[in-house]
Amino acid sequence: MDRAAVRETPAEGVTRTFVLEGRSGKNSRVTIEPAAPAYRISLRAPAESLASLSRALGVKPPEQPMGSAYAKSGDFAGKGGRVALWLGPDEWLVIDTQGNDPMVDCARAKALHSAVDISHRQVAIDVSGAGAADVLNAGCPRDLSLAVFPVGSAARTVLGKIEIVLLRTGEEAFRVECWRSFSDYAFTFLAEAARDVS
Amino acid sequence: MLLIRCPYCEQELPEIEFRNAGEAHVARPPDIANENDADFEKYFFIRTNPKGIIYERWRHVHGCARFFNAARDTVTDRFLLTYKAGEKKPKKLPGAGKQ
Ligand SMILES: [Zn+2]
Repeated sequence: MDRAAVRETPAEGVTRTFVLEGRSGKNSRVTIEPAAPAYRISLRAPAESLASLSRALGVKPPEQPMGSAYAKSGDFAGKGGRVALWLGPDEWLVIDTQGNDPMVDCARAKALHSAVDISHRQVAIDVSGAGAADVLNAGCPRDLSLAVFPVGSAARTVLGKIEIVLLRTGEEAFRVECWRSFSDYAFTFLAEAARDVS
Repeated sequence: MLLIRCPYCEQELPEIEFRNAGEAHVARPPDIANENDADFEKYFFIRTNPKGIIYERWRHVHGCARFFNAARDTVTDRFLLTYKAGEKKPKKLPGAGKQ
């Protein structure tokens, strides 16, 4: 487990336990596993601030609905990196899986914006394999066909009774972001759904 | 499942991501503290509640989180048109009256 993203040192004698420690779900058609801890920020900004924020973050927050964009050193195929996900017309989720805190970079941007560190609010689950879309569709009402939700698509939506942010990282790979306290529900839901698509 | 077009996401999306937010184009009185009771009641409580086409606010709460407006037929439950918040009430509605 990559501990790079765990910033504060817990008090002496206290161990920080990752909420989905040891969980895994796998069958012939789908693999479900917790993603490593990452930095995350909730970014709100008007269009005029995007140029300044792009320079500071090294990635341009996408303006097209349900888009996402990676910083130069990152990609969708496993390596990860820093990605900005369109959530609304002036709202983005920025995730950094390589240990570089986007809050530090945002502080360098002079233009008007709001950046809130939500690294510990959320947990991510990677769902991959030929049955990945089917597993998600057990609880997510979105059309996840490649024509409507191609690689790189990002959206806030629902999974069962919780809200999630979904990013398609590959034709058969998704990242599911959910709130930490809902992650047990999300993981169990996905693992149960996987039994139906094996 | 009912599909609703979000004017911000520019896609037809599942109803479960949306939430109704009451009648649209209800103008808030500019000086509400000095409104008399009858006018305040009209603004605050009285709604058109038509059988047929209604203009409503909706929120894409589990999506882009934006409020927008919609014209919906209360008889057929068909969404005739959705448009961004702040835009004028449309004069022409596509497919109005169709079942
Ligand atoms: Zn929307």
